[in-house]
Amino acid sequence: MSDLSGLYQELILDHSRRRIGDGELADPHATHHELNPTCGDEITMGVRLDASGTRVEAIGWVGDGCSISMASASALTELATGADLERVRQLIDGFRSMMRSQGAGEADEDLLGDAIAFHGVSKYVMRVKCAMLSWVALEACIAAASAGSAASSAPTTTT
Amino acid sequence: MTLDRTTTIDGLLPEALRLDFPYLAQELNGHPLAYLDSGATAQRPRTVLDAERDYLERSNAAVHRGASTLVGTSTTAFEDARATVARFVGAGLREIVWAENATDAINIVALGMADAAAGLGGPEAAVFRLGEGDEIVVTEAEHHANLIPWQRLAAKTGATLRWIPVHDDGTWGIDDAASVIGERTRLVAFAHVSNVTGHLAPVADVAELAHRHGALVLLDACQSVPHRPTDFADLGVDFAAFSAHKMLGPTGIGVLYGREALLDALPPARTGGSTITTVTMESASFLPSPQRFEAGTQPVSQAVALAEAVRYLDALDMQRVHEHEGALAELLVDEVAGIPGIRLLGPAAGVERAALASVDVAGVHAHDVGQFLDSRGIAVRVGHHCAQPLHRRLGLRATTRASAYVYTTPDEIRRFAAALAEVRGFFGIDA
Repeated sequence: MSDLSGLYQELILDHSRRRIGDGELADPHATHHELNPTCGDEITMGVRLDASGTRVEAIGWVGDGCSISMASASALTELATGADLERVRQLIDGFRSMMRSQGAGEADEDLLGDAIAFHGVSKYVMRVKCAMLSWVALEACIAAASAGSAASSAPTTTT
Repeated sequence: MTLDRTTTIDGLLPEALRLDFPYLAQELNGHPLAYLDSGATAQRPRTVLDAERDYLERSNAAVHRGASTLVGTSTTAFEDARATVARFVGAGLREIVWAENATDAINIVALGMADAAAGLGGPEAAVFRLGEGDEIVVTEAEHHANLIPWQRLAAKTGATLRWIPVHDDGTWGIDDAASVIGERTRLVAFAHVSNVTGHLAPVADVAELAHRHGALVLLDACQSVPHRPTDFADLGVDFAAFSAHKMLGPTGIGVLYGREALLDALPPARTGGSTITTVTMESASFLPSPQRFEAGTQPVSQAVALAEAVRYLDALDMQRVHEHEGALAELLVDEVAGIPGIRLLGPAAGVERAALASVDVAGVHAHDVGQFLDSRGIAVRVGHHCAQPLHRRLGLRATTRASAYVYTTPDEIRRFAAALAEVRGFFGIDA
Protein backbone atom coordinates (compact mmCIF):
# COMPACT_ATOMS: atom_id res chain seq x y z
CA MET A 1 0.00 0.00 0.00
CA SER A 2 3.03 2.29 0.24
CA ASP A 3 2.66 2.92 -3.48
CA LEU A 4 -0.93 4.05 -3.14
CA SER A 5 -0.21 6.43 -0.27
CA GLY A 6 2.45 8.00 -2.53
CA LEU A 7 -0.36 8.83 -4.93
CA TYR A 8 -3.03 9.73 -2.42
CA GLN A 9 -0.97 11.82 -0.03
CA GLU A 10 -2.89 13.12 2.96
CA LEU A 11 -2.62 16.63 1.58
CA ILE A 12 -4.36 15.53 -1.64
CA LEU A 13 -7.14 13.71 0.18
CA ASP A 14 -7.53 16.75 2.41
CA HIS A 15 -7.84 19.10 -0.57
CA SER A 16 -10.29 16.73 -2.27
CA ARG A 17 -12.58 17.16 0.72
CA ARG A 18 -12.02 20.89 1.36
CA ARG A 19 -12.39 21.87 -2.29
CA ILE A 20 -11.11 25.45 -1.93
CA GLY A 21 -12.73 27.64 -4.56
CA ASP A 22 -15.68 25.30 -5.08
CA GLY A 23 -18.58 27.41 -6.32
CA GLU A 24 -19.42 29.64 -9.23
CA LEU A 25 -17.53 32.95 -9.24
CA ALA A 26 -19.47 36.21 -9.52
CA ASP A 27 -18.38 38.70 -12.21
CA PRO A 28 -15.48 36.73 -13.70
CA HIS A 29 -13.19 38.31 -16.29
CA ALA A 30 -12.84 34.92 -17.94
CA THR A 31 -14.40 31.50 -17.63
CA HIS A 32 -13.36 28.21 -19.19
CA HIS A 33 -14.88 24.75 -19.34
CA GLU A 34 -12.48 21.83 -19.50
CA LEU A 35 -13.55 18.24 -20.10
CA ASN A 36 -11.66 14.99 -20.02
CA PRO A 37 -13.69 12.89 -22.45
CA THR A 38 -12.10 9.59 -21.48
CA CYS A 39 -13.38 9.72 -17.92
CA GLY A 40 -16.00 12.47 -17.98
CA ASP A 41 -14.23 14.64 -15.41
CA GLU A 42 -15.01 18.29 -15.96
CA ILE A 43 -14.51 21.72 -14.49
CA THR A 44 -15.81 25.18 -15.22
CA MET A 45 -13.44 27.78 -13.86
CA GLY A 46 -13.91 31.51 -13.46
CA VAL A 47 -11.15 34.03 -12.81
CA ARG A 48 -11.52 37.64 -11.70
CA LEU A 49 -8.59 40.07 -11.83
CA ASP A 50 -8.03 43.08 -9.59
CA ALA A 51 -8.59 46.69 -10.75
CA SER A 52 -5.10 46.89 -12.27
CA GLY A 53 -5.76 43.76 -14.34
CA THR A 54 -2.42 42.25 -13.33
CA ARG A 55 -3.32 40.17 -10.30
CA VAL A 56 -5.75 37.28 -9.72
CA GLU A 57 -8.29 38.54 -7.24
CA ALA A 58 -10.51 35.48 -7.10
CA ILE A 59 -10.96 32.00 -8.57
CA GLY A 60 -14.15 29.96 -8.45
CA TRP A 61 -14.91 26.60 -10.02
CA VAL A 62 -17.64 24.06 -10.40
CA GLY A 63 -16.37 20.57 -11.07
CA ASP A 64 -17.10 16.89 -11.00
CA GLY A 65 -14.37 14.31 -10.99
CA CYS A 66 -12.02 12.06 -9.10
CA SER A 67 -10.21 13.05 -5.93
CA ILE A 68 -7.03 13.91 -7.84
CA SER A 69 -8.74 16.35 -10.22
CA MET A 70 -10.78 18.02 -7.49
CA ALA A 71 -7.86 18.23 -5.07
CA SER A 72 -5.73 19.76 -7.80
CA ALA A 73 -8.34 22.45 -8.43
CA SER A 74 -8.44 23.19 -4.72
CA ALA A 75 -4.64 23.42 -4.40
CA LEU A 76 -4.49 25.60 -7.51
CA THR A 77 -7.05 28.01 -6.08
CA GLU A 78 -5.08 28.35 -2.86
CA LEU A 79 -1.82 28.97 -4.73
CA ALA A 80 -2.99 31.29 -7.48
CA THR A 81 -5.44 33.52 -5.62
CA GLY A 82 -3.75 36.87 -4.99
CA ALA A 83 -0.79 36.07 -7.26
CA ASP A 84 0.19 38.38 -10.11
CA LEU A 85 -0.24 37.04 -13.63
CA GLU A 86 3.46 36.48 -14.17
CA ARG A 87 3.64 34.31 -11.09
CA VAL A 88 0.49 32.42 -12.11
CA ARG A 89 2.16 31.59 -15.43
CA GLN A 90 5.22 30.36 -13.55
CA LEU A 91 3.00 28.21 -11.35
CA ILE A 92 1.29 26.69 -14.36
CA ASP A 93 4.61 25.98 -16.09
CA GLY A 94 6.10 24.57 -12.90
CA PHE A 95 3.11 22.33 -12.22
CA ARG A 96 3.08 21.08 -15.79
CA SER A 97 6.80 20.27 -15.69
CA MET A 98 6.31 18.38 -12.47
CA MET A 99 3.42 16.37 -13.94
CA ARG A 100 5.54 15.48 -16.97
CA SER A 101 8.42 14.22 -14.82
CA GLN A 102 7.08 10.65 -14.46
CA GLY A 103 8.14 10.79 -10.84
CA ALA A 104 11.74 11.74 -11.58
CA GLY A 105 13.73 14.48 -9.86
CA GLU A 106 12.68 16.84 -7.12
CA ALA A 107 9.62 19.03 -7.27
CA ASP A 108 10.16 22.79 -6.85
CA GLU A 109 8.76 23.37 -3.37
CA ASP A 110 9.78 27.03 -3.32
CA LEU A 111 7.54 27.65 -6.30
CA LEU A 112 4.74 25.15 -5.81
CA GLY A 113 4.47 24.86 -2.04
CA ASP A 114 1.93 22.22 -0.99
CA ALA A 115 1.20 21.37 -4.62
CA ILE A 116 4.39 19.29 -4.69
CA ALA A 117 2.15 16.63 -3.14
CA PHE A 118 1.06 15.96 -6.73
CA HIS A 119 4.59 14.94 -7.73
CA GLY A 120 3.64 11.34 -6.88
CA VAL A 121 0.73 11.50 -9.33
CA SER A 122 3.18 12.03 -12.21
CA LYS A 123 4.24 8.37 -11.94
CA TYR A 124 0.71 7.26 -12.83
CA VAL A 125 0.46 8.04 -16.53
CA MET A 126 -3.29 7.46 -16.58
CA ARG A 127 -3.83 10.00 -13.79
CA VAL A 128 -1.68 12.91 -14.98
CA LYS A 129 -4.55 14.34 -16.96
CA CYS A 130 -6.70 14.28 -13.81
CA ALA A 131 -4.22 16.53 -12.02
CA MET A 132 -3.80 18.80 -15.07
CA LEU A 133 -7.52 19.40 -15.72
CA SER A 134 -7.91 22.53 -13.57
CA TRP A 135 -4.49 23.92 -14.51
CA VAL A 136 -5.36 23.78 -18.19
CA ALA A 137 -8.61 25.59 -17.40
CA LEU A 138 -6.70 28.23 -15.41
CA GLU A 139 -4.22 28.70 -18.26
CA ALA A 140 -7.09 29.33 -20.68
CA CYS A 141 -8.74 31.75 -18.25
CA ILE A 142 -5.54 33.73 -17.79
CA ALA A 143 -4.94 33.90 -21.53
CA ALA A 144 -8.49 35.10 -22.13
CA ALA A 145 -8.46 37.56 -19.24
CA SER A 146 -5.14 39.05 -20.39
CA ALA A 147 -6.34 39.30 -23.98
CA GLY A 148 -9.43 41.26 -23.09
CA SER A 149 -11.98 41.78 -20.43
CA ALA A 150 -14.91 39.43 -19.83
CA ALA A 151 -13.84 36.91 -22.45
CA SER A 152 -15.10 33.36 -22.41
CA SER A 153 -13.21 30.73 -24.29
CA ALA A 154 -14.56 27.61 -25.91
CA PRO A 155 -14.18 24.16 -24.37
CA THR A 156 -11.05 22.29 -25.28
CA THR A 157 -9.64 18.88 -24.55
CA THR A 158 -7.07 18.22 -21.89
CA THR A 159 -3.67 17.24 -23.18
CA MET B 1 -21.96 -11.52 1.78
CA THR B 2 -21.15 -15.18 1.49
CA LEU B 3 -19.38 -15.98 4.71
CA ASP B 4 -18.58 -19.61 4.14
CA ARG B 5 -15.57 -19.36 1.86
CA THR B 6 -15.10 -23.08 1.72
CA THR B 7 -18.40 -23.86 0.04
CA THR B 8 -17.76 -25.40 -3.33
CA ILE B 9 -19.56 -23.86 -6.25
CA ASP B 10 -21.15 -26.09 -8.85
CA GLY B 11 -20.70 -25.55 -12.54
CA LEU B 12 -17.25 -23.97 -12.61
CA LEU B 13 -14.67 -24.76 -15.26
CA PRO B 14 -11.43 -26.32 -13.99
CA GLU B 15 -8.97 -23.70 -12.72
CA ALA B 16 -6.16 -25.57 -14.44
CA LEU B 17 -7.16 -23.89 -17.71
CA ARG B 18 -5.52 -20.74 -16.34
CA LEU B 19 -2.20 -22.36 -17.20
CA ASP B 20 -3.10 -21.89 -20.86
CA PHE B 21 -3.01 -18.09 -20.37
CA PRO B 22 0.53 -16.74 -19.86
CA TYR B 23 -0.79 -13.25 -19.07
CA LEU B 24 -2.61 -14.42 -15.95
CA ALA B 25 0.58 -15.58 -14.22
CA GLN B 26 1.72 -11.98 -13.66
CA GLU B 27 1.76 -9.93 -10.51
CA LEU B 28 0.19 -6.50 -10.34
CA ASN B 29 1.57 -4.12 -7.72
CA GLY B 30 2.95 -6.95 -5.65
CA HIS B 31 -0.21 -9.08 -5.70
CA PRO B 32 -1.21 -11.99 -7.91
CA LEU B 33 -3.09 -10.42 -10.81
CA ALA B 34 -6.87 -10.72 -10.59
CA TYR B 35 -7.88 -9.83 -14.14
CA LEU B 36 -11.52 -8.72 -13.95
CA ASP B 37 -11.64 -6.67 -17.15
CA SER B 38 -12.45 -9.28 -19.77
CA GLY B 39 -15.55 -7.31 -20.74
CA ALA B 40 -13.12 -4.74 -22.14
CA THR B 41 -10.64 -7.20 -23.60
CA ALA B 42 -10.01 -10.86 -22.88
CA GLN B 43 -6.62 -12.51 -22.48
CA ARG B 44 -5.53 -15.09 -25.04
CA PRO B 45 -4.54 -18.71 -24.55
CA ARG B 46 -1.18 -19.85 -25.85
CA THR B 47 -2.79 -21.84 -28.68
CA VAL B 48 -4.29 -18.63 -30.09
CA LEU B 49 -0.97 -16.81 -29.88
CA ASP B 50 0.78 -19.80 -31.46
CA ALA B 51 -1.77 -20.13 -34.24
CA GLU B 52 -1.15 -16.57 -35.41
CA ARG B 53 2.60 -17.00 -35.30
CA ASP B 54 2.41 -20.39 -37.00
CA TYR B 55 0.33 -18.96 -39.84
CA LEU B 56 2.84 -16.14 -40.31
CA GLU B 57 5.81 -18.49 -40.22
CA ARG B 58 4.43 -20.99 -42.70
CA SER B 59 1.34 -19.88 -44.56
CA ASN B 60 1.43 -16.11 -44.98
CA ALA B 61 0.61 -14.89 -48.50
CA ALA B 62 -1.88 -12.49 -50.10
CA VAL B 63 -5.32 -14.10 -49.96
CA HIS B 64 -7.68 -14.16 -52.94
CA ARG B 65 -4.94 -12.64 -55.14
CA GLY B 66 -2.98 -14.55 -57.73
CA ALA B 67 -2.83 -18.27 -58.37
CA SER B 68 0.24 -19.68 -56.64
CA THR B 69 0.42 -22.62 -54.25
CA LEU B 70 1.23 -20.20 -51.45
CA VAL B 71 -1.85 -18.13 -52.15
CA GLY B 72 -3.88 -21.33 -52.13
CA THR B 73 -2.60 -22.16 -48.66
CA SER B 74 -3.25 -18.73 -47.20
CA THR B 75 -6.66 -18.41 -48.84
CA THR B 76 -7.68 -21.81 -47.51
CA ALA B 77 -6.61 -20.83 -43.98
CA PHE B 78 -8.50 -17.55 -44.27
CA GLU B 79 -11.72 -19.12 -45.55
CA ASP B 80 -11.49 -22.05 -43.11
CA ALA B 81 -11.40 -19.46 -40.34
CA ARG B 82 -14.61 -17.95 -41.70
CA ALA B 83 -16.25 -21.38 -41.74
CA THR B 84 -15.20 -22.02 -38.14
CA VAL B 85 -16.63 -18.71 -36.95
CA ALA B 86 -19.81 -19.22 -39.01
CA ARG B 87 -20.47 -22.61 -37.40
CA PHE B 88 -19.90 -21.09 -33.96
CA VAL B 89 -22.79 -18.62 -34.34
CA GLY B 90 -25.17 -20.64 -36.48
CA ALA B 91 -24.40 -18.76 -39.69
CA GLY B 92 -23.79 -19.67 -43.31
CA LEU B 93 -20.43 -19.10 -44.95
CA ARG B 94 -21.62 -16.05 -46.88
CA GLU B 95 -23.17 -14.56 -43.75
CA ILE B 96 -19.86 -13.79 -42.01
CA VAL B 97 -18.06 -10.58 -42.99
CA TRP B 98 -14.71 -9.63 -41.50
CA ALA B 99 -14.58 -6.16 -40.04
CA GLU B 100 -11.94 -4.26 -38.09
CA ASN B 101 -13.90 -4.74 -34.87
CA ALA B 102 -17.52 -4.78 -33.74
CA THR B 103 -17.79 -1.00 -34.03
CA ASP B 104 -16.70 -1.24 -37.63
CA ALA B 105 -19.19 -4.06 -38.24
CA ILE B 106 -22.07 -1.86 -37.07
CA ASN B 107 -20.76 0.98 -39.20
CA ILE B 108 -20.73 -1.24 -42.30
CA VAL B 109 -24.51 -1.54 -41.92
CA ALA B 110 -25.16 2.08 -40.94
CA LEU B 111 -22.97 3.50 -43.71
CA GLY B 112 -24.37 1.05 -46.24
CA MET B 113 -27.88 2.17 -45.33
CA ALA B 114 -26.83 5.79 -45.77
CA ASP B 115 -25.49 4.90 -49.22
CA ALA B 116 -28.80 3.22 -50.03
CA ALA B 117 -30.69 6.34 -48.97
CA ALA B 118 -28.38 8.35 -51.22
CA GLY B 119 -29.54 6.23 -54.15
CA LEU B 120 -26.84 3.59 -54.39
CA GLY B 121 -27.53 -0.12 -54.52
CA GLY B 122 -30.38 -0.39 -56.99
CA PRO B 123 -33.93 -1.63 -56.31
CA GLU B 124 -32.80 -4.53 -54.11
CA ALA B 125 -31.47 -2.01 -51.58
CA ALA B 126 -34.95 -0.52 -51.04
CA VAL B 127 -35.23 -2.25 -47.65
CA PHE B 128 -32.32 -0.11 -46.43
CA ARG B 129 -33.56 3.21 -47.81
CA LEU B 130 -34.69 5.45 -44.93
CA GLY B 131 -36.21 8.90 -45.13
CA GLU B 132 -38.36 11.37 -43.26
CA GLY B 133 -41.10 9.69 -41.27
CA ASP B 134 -39.06 6.53 -40.78
CA GLU B 135 -37.79 5.62 -37.34
CA ILE B 136 -34.61 3.95 -36.07
CA VAL B 137 -35.01 2.46 -32.60
CA VAL B 138 -32.20 1.82 -30.12
CA THR B 139 -32.22 1.55 -26.31
CA GLU B 140 -31.10 4.03 -23.68
CA ALA B 141 -28.54 1.46 -22.54
CA GLU B 142 -26.52 1.20 -25.76
CA HIS B 143 -22.76 1.33 -26.03
CA HIS B 144 -21.80 4.43 -28.03
CA ALA B 145 -20.78 2.09 -30.88
CA ASN B 146 -24.41 1.08 -31.28
CA LEU B 147 -25.78 4.59 -30.86
CA ILE B 148 -23.66 7.12 -32.73
CA PRO B 149 -23.76 5.32 -36.13
CA TRP B 150 -27.58 5.47 -35.92
CA GLN B 151 -27.56 9.14 -34.88
CA ARG B 152 -25.50 9.81 -38.00
CA LEU B 153 -27.75 7.70 -40.20
CA ALA B 154 -30.78 9.59 -38.92
CA ALA B 155 -29.05 12.91 -39.58
CA LYS B 156 -28.14 11.87 -43.12
CA THR B 157 -31.52 10.46 -44.08
CA GLY B 158 -34.04 12.58 -42.19
CA ALA B 159 -35.21 9.54 -40.25
CA THR B 160 -35.96 9.92 -36.54
CA LEU B 161 -33.92 8.20 -33.85
CA ARG B 162 -36.00 6.89 -30.98
CA TRP B 163 -35.03 4.88 -27.95
CA ILE B 164 -36.48 2.29 -25.62
CA PRO B 165 -36.32 3.76 -22.11
CA VAL B 166 -34.63 1.87 -19.28
CA HIS B 167 -35.84 1.45 -15.70
CA ASP B 168 -34.00 2.82 -12.67
CA ASP B 169 -31.78 -0.26 -12.54
CA GLY B 170 -30.79 0.13 -16.20
CA THR B 171 -32.84 -2.81 -17.47
CA TRP B 172 -35.69 -2.88 -19.98
CA GLY B 173 -38.17 -5.44 -21.22
CA ILE B 174 -40.38 -6.35 -24.13
CA ASP B 175 -43.18 -4.04 -22.89
CA ASP B 176 -40.79 -1.10 -22.99
CA ALA B 177 -39.78 -2.11 -26.50
CA ALA B 178 -43.40 -2.42 -27.57
CA SER B 179 -44.06 1.16 -26.42
CA VAL B 180 -41.56 2.46 -28.98
CA ILE B 181 -41.46 -0.03 -31.87
CA GLY B 182 -44.29 0.57 -34.32
CA GLU B 183 -45.29 0.86 -37.94
CA ARG B 184 -42.78 3.66 -38.64
CA THR B 185 -39.89 1.58 -37.27
CA ARG B 186 -37.45 0.49 -39.98
CA LEU B 187 -34.54 -0.70 -37.86
CA VAL B 188 -34.13 -1.83 -34.25
CA ALA B 189 -30.56 -1.96 -32.92
CA PHE B 190 -29.75 -3.14 -29.40
CA ALA B 191 -27.26 -5.06 -27.29
CA HIS B 192 -27.84 -8.71 -26.46
CA VAL B 193 -26.10 -8.20 -23.12
CA SER B 194 -25.47 -4.75 -21.67
CA ASN B 195 -21.77 -4.06 -21.12
CA VAL B 196 -22.70 -1.93 -18.10
CA THR B 197 -25.53 -3.74 -16.34
CA GLY B 198 -25.10 -7.32 -17.54
CA HIS B 199 -28.80 -7.33 -18.39
CA LEU B 200 -30.00 -9.77 -21.05
CA ALA B 201 -32.27 -8.40 -23.73
CA PRO B 202 -35.32 -10.45 -24.78
CA VAL B 203 -33.81 -10.81 -28.24
CA ALA B 204 -36.19 -13.24 -29.89
CA ASP B 205 -39.27 -11.34 -28.66
CA VAL B 206 -37.92 -8.00 -29.86
CA ALA B 207 -36.93 -9.49 -33.21
CA GLU B 208 -40.40 -10.95 -33.63
CA LEU B 209 -42.02 -7.62 -32.73
CA ALA B 210 -39.75 -5.68 -35.07
CA HIS B 211 -40.33 -8.07 -37.95
CA ARG B 212 -44.08 -7.87 -37.46
CA HIS B 213 -43.70 -4.16 -38.23
CA GLY B 214 -41.39 -4.85 -41.15
CA ALA B 215 -38.30 -3.51 -39.40
CA LEU B 216 -34.75 -4.86 -39.59
CA VAL B 217 -32.98 -6.01 -36.42
CA LEU B 218 -29.30 -5.51 -35.60
CA LEU B 219 -27.85 -7.11 -32.49
CA ASP B 220 -24.72 -5.94 -30.68
CA ALA B 221 -23.48 -9.36 -29.58
CA CYS B 222 -20.11 -8.27 -28.15
CA GLN B 223 -20.99 -9.36 -24.62
CA SER B 224 -22.93 -12.49 -25.58
CA VAL B 225 -21.07 -14.44 -28.26
CA PRO B 226 -17.96 -14.85 -26.04
CA HIS B 227 -19.99 -15.99 -23.04
CA ARG B 228 -22.98 -18.15 -24.05
CA PRO B 229 -24.04 -20.43 -26.88
CA THR B 230 -25.32 -18.05 -29.57
CA ASP B 231 -27.18 -18.89 -32.74
CA PHE B 232 -28.19 -15.84 -34.75
CA ALA B 233 -30.62 -17.75 -36.93
CA ASP B 234 -32.42 -19.07 -33.83
CA LEU B 235 -32.51 -15.59 -32.32
CA GLY B 236 -34.07 -14.30 -35.51
CA VAL B 237 -31.91 -11.23 -35.95
CA ASP B 238 -30.98 -9.81 -39.36
CA PHE B 239 -27.54 -8.46 -38.45
CA ALA B 240 -25.17 -8.93 -35.55
CA ALA B 241 -21.74 -7.64 -34.59
CA PHE B 242 -19.07 -9.02 -32.28
CA SER B 243 -15.38 -8.62 -31.56
CA ALA B 244 -12.58 -11.18 -31.60
CA HIS B 245 -10.60 -9.67 -28.76
CA LYS B 246 -13.42 -10.16 -26.26
CA MET B 247 -13.53 -13.92 -27.02
CA LEU B 248 -9.90 -14.95 -26.49
CA GLY B 249 -8.96 -13.78 -29.97
CA PRO B 250 -6.81 -10.99 -31.39
CA THR B 251 -7.43 -7.29 -31.81
CA GLY B 252 -7.82 -5.90 -35.31
CA ILE B 253 -10.69 -8.13 -36.37
CA GLY B 254 -14.41 -8.20 -35.69
CA VAL B 255 -17.35 -9.90 -37.30
CA LEU B 256 -20.48 -8.71 -39.03
CA TYR B 257 -23.17 -11.35 -39.30
CA GLY B 258 -26.00 -10.72 -41.74
CA ARG B 259 -28.67 -12.76 -43.42
CA GLU B 260 -27.31 -13.65 -46.83
CA ALA B 261 -30.02 -11.98 -48.91
CA LEU B 262 -29.66 -8.77 -46.94
CA LEU B 263 -25.88 -8.67 -47.16
CA ASP B 264 -26.06 -9.22 -50.90
CA ALA B 265 -28.35 -6.18 -51.17
CA LEU B 266 -26.53 -3.85 -48.77
CA PRO B 267 -24.39 -1.29 -50.63
CA PRO B 268 -20.71 -1.61 -49.69
CA ALA B 269 -19.78 1.67 -48.01
CA ARG B 270 -16.06 1.00 -48.34
CA THR B 271 -15.00 0.05 -51.80
CA GLY B 272 -11.80 -0.98 -53.49
CA GLY B 273 -9.82 -3.96 -54.66
CA SER B 274 -11.26 -7.48 -54.39
CA THR B 275 -14.85 -6.33 -53.82
CA ILE B 276 -15.79 -6.19 -57.49
CA THR B 277 -16.82 -8.18 -60.54
CA THR B 278 -16.32 -5.69 -63.37
CA VAL B 279 -14.81 -2.24 -63.24
CA THR B 280 -14.92 0.37 -65.99
CA MET B 281 -13.75 3.98 -65.83
CA GLU B 282 -17.31 5.00 -65.04
CA SER B 283 -18.53 2.39 -62.57
CA ALA B 284 -18.08 -0.87 -60.74
CA SER B 285 -20.29 -3.81 -59.94
CA PHE B 286 -19.81 -5.75 -56.75
CA LEU B 287 -19.39 -9.35 -55.71
CA PRO B 288 -21.93 -10.92 -53.39
CA SER B 289 -21.28 -11.07 -49.66
CA PRO B 290 -18.83 -11.35 -48.01
CA GLN B 291 -16.31 -10.18 -50.63
CA ARG B 292 -18.31 -7.05 -51.51
CA PHE B 293 -17.51 -5.66 -48.04
CA GLU B 294 -13.91 -6.81 -47.68
CA ALA B 295 -12.06 -4.05 -49.49
CA GLY B 296 -8.30 -4.03 -49.44
CA THR B 297 -5.91 -6.34 -47.62
CA GLN B 298 -7.67 -8.27 -44.89
CA PRO B 299 -6.63 -9.16 -41.31
CA VAL B 300 -5.66 -12.68 -42.29
CA SER B 301 -3.46 -13.82 -39.40
CA GLN B 302 -6.06 -12.34 -37.05
CA ALA B 303 -8.82 -14.38 -38.71
CA VAL B 304 -6.73 -17.52 -38.29
CA ALA B 305 -6.15 -16.69 -34.62
CA LEU B 306 -9.85 -15.95 -34.08
CA ALA B 307 -10.71 -19.38 -35.47
CA GLU B 308 -8.27 -20.91 -32.99
CA ALA B 309 -10.01 -18.99 -30.18
CA VAL B 310 -13.31 -20.44 -31.35
CA ARG B 311 -11.79 -23.93 -31.26
CA TYR B 312 -10.60 -23.28 -27.71
CA LEU B 313 -14.09 -22.19 -26.66
CA ASP B 314 -15.66 -25.12 -28.48
CA ALA B 315 -13.36 -27.49 -26.64
CA LEU B 316 -14.46 -25.95 -23.33
CA ASP B 317 -18.07 -26.22 -24.56
CA MET B 318 -20.04 -22.97 -24.64
CA GLN B 319 -22.78 -24.42 -22.48
CA ARG B 320 -20.21 -25.08 -19.76
CA VAL B 321 -18.76 -21.58 -20.25
CA HIS B 322 -22.26 -20.22 -19.74
CA GLU B 323 -22.74 -22.27 -16.55
CA HIS B 324 -19.33 -21.20 -15.23
CA GLU B 325 -20.21 -17.57 -15.71
CA GLY B 326 -23.69 -18.06 -14.30
CA ALA B 327 -22.14 -19.35 -11.09
CA LEU B 328 -19.66 -16.45 -10.99
CA ALA B 329 -22.43 -13.92 -11.68
CA GLU B 330 -24.39 -15.23 -8.70
CA LEU B 331 -21.32 -15.05 -6.48
CA LEU B 332 -20.52 -11.54 -7.70
CA VAL B 333 -24.00 -10.28 -6.80
CA ASP B 334 -23.97 -12.10 -3.43
CA GLU B 335 -20.60 -10.66 -2.50
CA VAL B 336 -21.16 -7.11 -3.68
CA ALA B 337 -24.78 -6.54 -2.71
CA GLY B 338 -24.16 -6.57 1.04
CA ILE B 339 -21.35 -3.99 1.12
CA PRO B 340 -22.42 -0.69 2.71
CA GLY B 341 -22.37 2.32 0.40
CA ILE B 342 -22.31 0.23 -2.78
CA ARG B 343 -24.95 0.58 -5.47
CA LEU B 344 -24.99 -2.34 -7.87
CA LEU B 345 -26.43 -1.56 -11.29
CA GLY B 346 -28.47 -4.00 -13.31
CA PRO B 347 -30.82 -6.88 -12.60
CA ALA B 348 -31.81 -7.59 -9.01
CA ALA B 349 -30.39 -10.61 -7.20
CA GLY B 350 -32.01 -13.77 -8.48
CA VAL B 351 -32.54 -12.40 -11.99
CA GLU B 352 -30.20 -13.74 -14.65
CA ARG B 353 -27.29 -11.47 -15.53
CA ALA B 354 -23.97 -11.79 -17.27
CA ALA B 355 -20.90 -12.27 -15.10
CA LEU B 356 -20.20 -8.60 -14.77
CA ALA B 357 -21.04 -6.00 -12.15
CA SER B 358 -20.85 -2.22 -12.36
CA VAL B 359 -20.97 -0.43 -9.05
CA ASP B 360 -21.14 3.08 -7.71
CA VAL B 361 -19.30 3.64 -4.45
CA ALA B 362 -20.98 6.44 -2.49
CA GLY B 363 -18.61 9.35 -1.99
CA VAL B 364 -15.71 7.93 -4.02
CA HIS B 365 -15.14 8.58 -7.72
CA ALA B 366 -14.79 5.47 -9.89
CA HIS B 367 -11.23 6.39 -10.87
CA ASP B 368 -10.23 6.43 -7.24
CA VAL B 369 -12.01 3.12 -6.65
CA GLY B 370 -10.16 1.62 -9.62
CA GLN B 371 -6.83 2.96 -8.39
CA PHE B 372 -7.40 1.39 -4.97
CA LEU B 373 -8.28 -1.97 -6.54
CA ASP B 374 -5.25 -1.66 -8.83
CA SER B 375 -3.00 -1.31 -5.78
CA ARG B 376 -4.41 -4.66 -4.61
CA GLY B 377 -3.63 -6.36 -7.91
CA ILE B 378 -7.24 -6.24 -9.12
CA ALA B 379 -7.77 -5.01 -12.68
CA VAL B 380 -11.21 -3.54 -13.41
CA ARG B 381 -12.68 -0.99 -15.78
CA VAL B 382 -13.63 2.48 -14.55
CA GLY B 383 -15.46 5.25 -16.35
CA HIS B 384 -18.65 5.45 -18.38
CA HIS B 385 -17.86 2.25 -20.33
CA CYS B 386 -18.80 4.04 -23.55
CA ALA B 387 -22.37 4.40 -22.30
CA GLN B 388 -22.74 8.02 -21.24
CA PRO B 389 -26.51 8.24 -21.82
CA LEU B 390 -27.14 5.20 -19.61
CA HIS B 391 -24.97 6.60 -16.82
CA ARG B 392 -26.71 9.96 -17.10
CA ARG B 393 -30.10 8.23 -16.92
CA LEU B 394 -29.00 6.44 -13.74
CA GLY B 395 -27.75 9.70 -12.22
CA LEU B 396 -24.12 8.67 -12.49
CA ARG B 397 -21.05 9.84 -14.36
CA ALA B 398 -18.74 6.89 -13.94
CA THR B 399 -18.83 3.44 -12.38
CA THR B 400 -16.43 0.62 -11.55
CA ARG B 401 -16.96 -2.61 -13.47
CA ALA B 402 -15.69 -6.12 -12.76
CA SER B 403 -16.21 -8.62 -15.55
CA ALA B 404 -15.41 -12.32 -15.56
CA TYR B 405 -14.54 -14.93 -18.15
CA VAL B 406 -13.58 -18.58 -18.51
CA TYR B 407 -10.41 -18.17 -16.43
CA THR B 408 -11.97 -16.16 -13.61
CA THR B 409 -12.01 -17.83 -10.19
CA PRO B 410 -14.32 -17.39 -7.18
CA ASP B 411 -11.27 -16.25 -5.22
CA GLU B 412 -10.77 -13.32 -7.62
CA ILE B 413 -14.41 -12.30 -7.20
CA ARG B 414 -14.03 -12.44 -3.43
CA ARG B 415 -10.84 -10.38 -3.55
CA PHE B 416 -12.70 -7.77 -5.59
CA ALA B 417 -15.55 -7.63 -3.08
CA ALA B 418 -13.22 -7.54 -0.08
CA ALA B 419 -11.20 -4.66 -1.55
CA LEU B 420 -14.39 -2.85 -2.53
CA ALA B 421 -15.52 -3.02 1.10
CA GLU B 422 -12.36 -1.14 2.14
CA VAL B 423 -12.49 1.67 -0.40
CA ARG B 424 -14.65 4.13 1.51
CA GLY B 425 -12.56 3.76 4.63
CA PHE B 426 -9.36 4.47 2.70
CA PHE B 427 -10.80 7.68 1.29
CA GLY B 428 -12.18 8.74 4.66
CA ILE B 429 -15.84 8.36 3.77
CA ASP B 430 -17.92 7.18 6.69
CA ALA B 431 -19.45 3.78 6.09
